[in-house]
Amino acid sequence: MNAGTPSLPLPGALSAPGSHAEREPAASIEHIRFDGVGIRYGRQTALSGFDLTLHAGEALALLGPSGSGKTTALRALAGFIPIAEGHIRLHGRDISGLSPQQRGFGIVVQNYALFPHMSVADNVAFGLRARRLPRAEMRTRIEHYLELVGMRQYARRRPLDLSGGQQQRVALARALAIRPDVLLMDEPLSALDAPLRREMLGELITLHRELPDLTMLFVTHDQSEALALADRVGLLRDGELLALDVPKRLYDRPPNRFTAEFLGQTNLLAVEIPQHPDNDDMLNVCLGKQVLRVPRPDDWTGAPGPGWLCLRPHLLSLEPAAGMNNRLDSRVLGAEWKGSHYRIELEAEGQTLHVEANAALPPPAVGNRTTLSFAPTAGWLLARDV
Amino acid sequence: MSTPLPLRIRRGLRLPRTLWLLPPLAVLGLVFFFPLYELVQQSLSGGAAHYLRVLHAPIFLSALGHTLQIGLLSTLGCLLLGGVLAVLLAFVPFPGSSLLSRFIDAFLAYPSFLIALSLTFIYGAAGLVNASLMQLLHTSVPPLNFLYTTTGVVLAETTFYTPFVLRLLLAAFGTIERAQIEVAQSLGASPWQVLREIIAPAALPALLAGGSLTLMLTLNEFGIIFYLGAKGVITLPMLIYGKAIQEFDYAQASVIAVVSIVLSLALYALYRLSFNRLQRDHALPL
Repeated sequence: MNAGTPSLPLPGALSAPGSHAEREPAASIEHIRFDGVGIRYGRQTALSGFDLTLHAGEALALLGPSGSGKTTALRALAGFIPIAEGHIRLHGRDISGLSPQQRGFGIVVQNYALFPHMSVADNVAFGLRARRLPRAEMRTRIEHYLELVGMRQYARRRPLDLSGGQQQRVALARALAIRPDVLLMDEPLSALDAPLRREMLGELITLHRELPDLTMLFVTHDQSEALALADRVGLLRDGELLALDVPKRLYDRPPNRFTAEFLGQTNLLAVEIPQHPDNDDMLNVCLGKQVLRVPRPDDWTGAPGPGWLCLRPHLLSLEPAAGMNNRLDSRVLGAEWKGSHYRIELEAEGQTLHVEANAALPPPAVGNRTTLSFAPTAGWLLARDV
Repeated sequence: MSTPLPLRIRRGLRLPRTLWLLPPLAVLGLVFFFPLYELVQQSLSGGAAHYLRVLHAPIFLSALGHTLQIGLLSTLGCLLLGGVLAVLLAFVPFPGSSLLSRFIDAFLAYPSFLIALSLTFIYGAAGLVNASLMQLLHTSVPPLNFLYTTTGVVLAETTFYTPFVLRLLLAAFGTIERAQIEVAQSLGASPWQVLREIIAPAALPALLAGGSLTLMLTLNEFGIIFYLGAKGVITLPMLIYGKAIQEFDYAQASVIAVVSIVLSLALYALYRLSFNRLQRDHALPL
């Protein structure tokens, strides 16, 4: 928080990790639908056969590396770029041909895009003037939305006199003042430094809670933002939607290797899966000579063959504990202090993996042999071809 | 023996700082201050009474009127035409717009008298338009006869000086964040509102700079009027030329030249004043 900028009335949701991520979308009324949308820049395909449905009132994050097409999808929805194929529907109505003015969405962009020659209040009033609202109504809305983002006392300031965080709050107030039912946010926190980013993220989560009818599409390359804010996360790569689910399920049960590696830290170990009876909920997999027991994925065909065992570093332990029935003999290759934990590098059956170990305890000596433990439910099996 | 040497070196290092100023000052003195001094002295040779006599002469007042009229109308024309073209080139991309933009760059190097010549070929008594109209209307008198009047001069000066405004505006438009325009559209602004409330304020410094530059250049324009041969259109530069070259009346020519310089400087000062005020009141981006 910048000095003198009051926070939103509710505390940031970062204080309650996990609770938001586990939330299933509250409503399932279709609000926006991308229907086989394709977008090309010259000969380059930016988005191809893109299907996505946003439910009314949900916050959906599009996550992916640079050039994955996430911003293109948002800009197409905003009406800034024409689509080459498919349709975009709002409440079932095709809006592909409508101009940005006719769509009426609120938008917040990375560099705020505030109008520098206007005061903070005039910036917020811009959309209201375009809608020819009565003066009294305009004044009420300006005060309300500046209050909402804690910027009421800065109403007469110019944007250039404000810090990055304050400018982003004004941009948010400006977008919300027109009372859109869809809010588009394109990397809204990327231009802020780390503490401000954390704070603004908390405030966006609070905002989502306070405005339950507002559908939000949020584009980011930062997984922690997506996991914390979104009801659902869509993961894109090379213009294709590779995964879409609630954040926790996507993190715990990634549908493919790209998702497993992009969302958080992970160990992907090449394993062999022997033939199993169909009715077994668990599978035995072989990591070299060692046998590990992991949950059977719902879509597992039962055919034996190679697979990837996905193990999150923080779910592995150097200290055996109750329920951690899987044991993995390994050798310590190195230890790196990360402040909150040690990142230990180990080798098991010729494969390298990492563990997050308690920073309060001394790390194991390099070269020592140690036994890793993890609960069967900590592992997740992926077919080798995904 | 070894102590004084560094002192001499230090002194030697200090001296060039002042010496560096001398060459530009000498050049400025030779090409600018000395002729200006000579001009002012020549204008004062007849005393204040001579000044008053020249300034009250009907031919001077008429030339001053023509100069201001042509300068202001041409500047207005340049700002309007340049503004429209700049908006089209910057925000309404069309096939060949980049080629046109490059042509405008090349146009800045075009000599002004060639514009007058080109317009003569088009609108002159025997030009393309008049010849066609004469054939069409079966008349031997050219129907269009504006080229050798104030209108013709304004048309020619607007044509020639518009790229100066256009170039400055395109540079200013290039600094506007595209996201600002997109956000404005998303907030429901019409294209006219975007132009008026987002683009125009950002382009205002460039518009003022272009306008003042054009005004000063059009006030002192000589080549276009001379080449058009608009005999009834006597401006201050034409009057100075007539007095100095045709009548050899250098004293009177100097008085008119001094007035011309004062007029240009006064307009420049007015421009700076209004620009500073605008910058203070509206936090202009420049």
